[in-house]
Amino acid sequence: MALIRLVDLRKSYRVGDVTVHALRGLSLDVERGSFVCVVGASGSGKSTLMNVLGLLDRPTSGHYYLEGEDVSGFDKDRRAHLRNRKIGFVFQNFNLLPRTSALENVELPLLYGGRALPPAERHARARGLLEAVGLGSRLDHTPQQLSGGQQQRVAIARALVNEPELLLADEPTGNLDSRTSVEIMEILQRLVRERGITVVLITHEHDIAEYGTRVVTVRDGRVTSDTPVQNRRDAAAERAALPPLELEVEPEPAEAGAEA
Amino acid sequence: MGGWNILRVALIAIRRNPVRSGLTMLGVIIGVASVIAMVALGSGARASIDEQISSQGVNLIYLSAGSWGRGPGTARGGAGSTTSLTVEDADAVRAQVPLVARVSPGVRGRAQVIAGNQNWNTSIEGGNEEYLEIRSWRVVAGENFTARHVLVADKVCLLGKTVADLLFPGEDPVGQIVRVRNLPFRVIGVLAPKGQGQWGDDQDDIVIAPYTTLQKKLLGITHLNRVTISAVSQDRVEQAAIEITRLMRQRHRITNPDDDDFTVRTVEEMAQTRLDVANTMNSLLMSVASVSLLVGGIGIMNIMLVSVTERTREIGLRLAVGARSRDILSQFLAEAVTLSVFGGLLGIALGIGISETIVRSLGWPMQVTTEAIALAFGFAAAVGVFFGWYPARRAASLDPIDALRYE
Repeated sequence: MALIRLVDLRKSYRVGDVTVHALRGLSLDVERGSFVCVVGASGSGKSTLMNVLGLLDRPTSGHYYLEGEDVSGFDKDRRAHLRNRKIGFVFQNFNLLPRTSALENVELPLLYGGRALPPAERHARARGLLEAVGLGSRLDHTPQQLSGGQQQRVAIARALVNEPELLLADEPTGNLDSRTSVEIMEILQRLVRERGITVVLITHEHDIAEYGTRVVTVRDGRVTSDTPVQNRRDAAAERAALPPLELEVEPEPAEAGAEA
Repeated sequence: MGGWNILRVALIAIRRNPVRSGLTMLGVIIGVASVIAMVALGSGARASIDEQISSQGVNLIYLSAGSWGRGPGTARGGAGSTTSLTVEDADAVRAQVPLVARVSPGVRGRAQVIAGNQNWNTSIEGGNEEYLEIRSWRVVAGENFTARHVLVADKVCLLGKTVADLLFPGEDPVGQIVRVRNLPFRVIGVLAPKGQGQWGDDQDDIVIAPYTTLQKKLLGITHLNRVTISAVSQDRVEQAAIEITRLMRQRHRITNPDDDDFTVRTVEEMAQTRLDVANTMNSLLMSVASVSLLVGGIGIMNIMLVSVTERTREIGLRLAVGARSRDILSQFLAEAVTLSVFGGLLGIALGIGISETIVRSLGWPMQVTTEAIALAFGFAAAVGVFFGWYPARRAASLDPIDALRYE
C-alpha cells in the first residue's frame, strides 16, 4: 500500500474576481521509503500540492489517502493532529522560533498533539536528534547564533521529533549555498536510507531533484512527467570530494572545532 | 497542551521581550496600585468617622431646643435658642417612648473656670447621673455624680482631660475646688479622654455638672438646651427618633413640621453628611483609578495585537507542527492574563507601599482591606482576559499557510 495516494485532486480558490485553478486533477502515488522530488516552475501548483500533502489545506475535490485513510475531508483539528503525528515540515526559511534555543525549537511539536511527555523525555529526544544532525554541541544556541545550514539542521531535527512517516521539504536548500545544500541533502538521503522515512521534496532546481529516487514534474496543476532518477547523486560522496574549507565562518569561533 | 505547558510557553514569550513586557505591565501596575491606595483612603476616612460615631455612643439621639428647619417668613434662632424644652419633656420621652433606654436632661454654657492661680474658659455641660453612660464616657479618677447630687443640685463637677491638665498640672484634681463664675464646685471625678469630635473640636475641653445645679445656681434658667437620649439598641435608633419627634409635636401642639421648636438628630444622621462626602470622594477616586486600570488593559491589548502580528510566522509554524486553533488561543490568552496578573501582583505591592507611605508621612487614616486587594486583583485578571481575548482570537484564526508565508 502506498503511503500517499492522491486521486484526481483539484484545488481552486478565488483571488479577487478571478478563480485560480491551482490543481486540475492531479494523481500521484508515493511509496513508503521513497525520496520523491517534485519540480515545477512557479505557478505550476507545486506549492498548493505541498499544502494539501502537508494537510495545511484541503482539496476542493478529489481524494487524499494517507496510509490508506481518506483524509481529504478532515476538519482543522483532526488535520492538526495528523500533522503533528505523521508529517514533519522543513521550510525554505527554516521557521525557527527566534530567541529560543535549538533544544526548545526541536521540542516544540512535542507540546502539541494531546500527549504530555515528561520534560526529561522531551529533552532526551530533542538532544538525540540534534546529535544525529551534528549539532550536539549547540543545544543551547539560538537561531541567531547558528549559520543557515545549522538552522536548517535544527529544523530537520524538529521535523523528526514525533517520528513522522512523511517528511515534507519545501525548497529546503533555497536559502543555502551549494556546499551547505549538499550537507542538507546528505542528511535527507541518510534519513531515507537509515530510518525508512518517506521524503517529498519540492524544488525548482533540477540538480537538487537528482538526489531523490524519483522526479515528478508538475505543470498547470497536473503531473506531466514521473520518472525514476537514473544517475542518482550521492550527497555523502559529493561532500567528501569537496575541498576542505580554509576558513569556516562561524558565529562563535571558539566552538568551531566541535562541529563535525 | 496541558495547563502547565501553556503557562510555561506564555512565560517564555514574556521573557523573550522583557522591556516590552515590563512597560505593558506598568499600566496594570499603576491601575491596581491606585485602586488599592484610593480604596484604602476611602476606607480609612470611613473608619475614622465610624470610630467617632462609636466614641459618642452609637445609640445616641439628641433632642435640642429650637429648629434647624426653615419656615416661611419666620425668623428662627436655630437649635438651642428657644426656651420651650423642659424637664417635663425629658420625663415624657422617658416614660412614653419604649424604645428609649436612658434620658438625660441637659443644659450647656461657657464659663471661666478658676482653680488656684490657673484659669480657663471652657464649655460647661449639665446632665443627670446617666449622661456619661449615654455618651459612653468613663470616669478615670474619682467617680460620677449620683441621682442624689442631681436632686439636691449639689455643686459637684467632673473635669474633662484637657481642663484637668490645664487647671491642675501634675496634681490630682479629685477633691479640689474649682470656681465657675465665682461659684465653688467640688471636683469629684476626671473623665477619660475622648479626643477630637466630629468637627475637630476638643471633646475633653469640658466641665460636666448636674444640670439642676447649672440651671438654678449658675445659669438661672428653668428650661433645657437639649436632652440626650440613648435608644435600646443601634438598629432602633431611627424608630426611636421618629417616636420622640411625634411625642414632642403632640406635647408642644405642633401640626406643621415647619413649626417645630425642637430638633431630633441621631449621631449617625449627624455623621451622615460626612459619610456622604467620604463616599462621594471615594467613588470619584475609584472611578479615576479604574480608568487607569482600563487604560492598562488597553495597553495589554495593543501590545498583544502587535505581538500577534510580529509572531505571525511563529503562529504559522506552531499550527504546522500540530497546534490547534484553541492551543494558539489559550497561549495568547495565557500571555495576556499572565501579564495582567503579574502586573496586578506588583500593583498590590505598590499600592500597599503607597498607602503605608501616606500614613507615615501625612498621617491620613488609610486602611488597606483584603477586599480591596481581592477586588483589584480580580479586576486585573479580568482585564487580561477581556483585552487578551481579541488578539488571541485573531492569532487563533490565522490560516497556517498565510501565516507561514507572512513577511
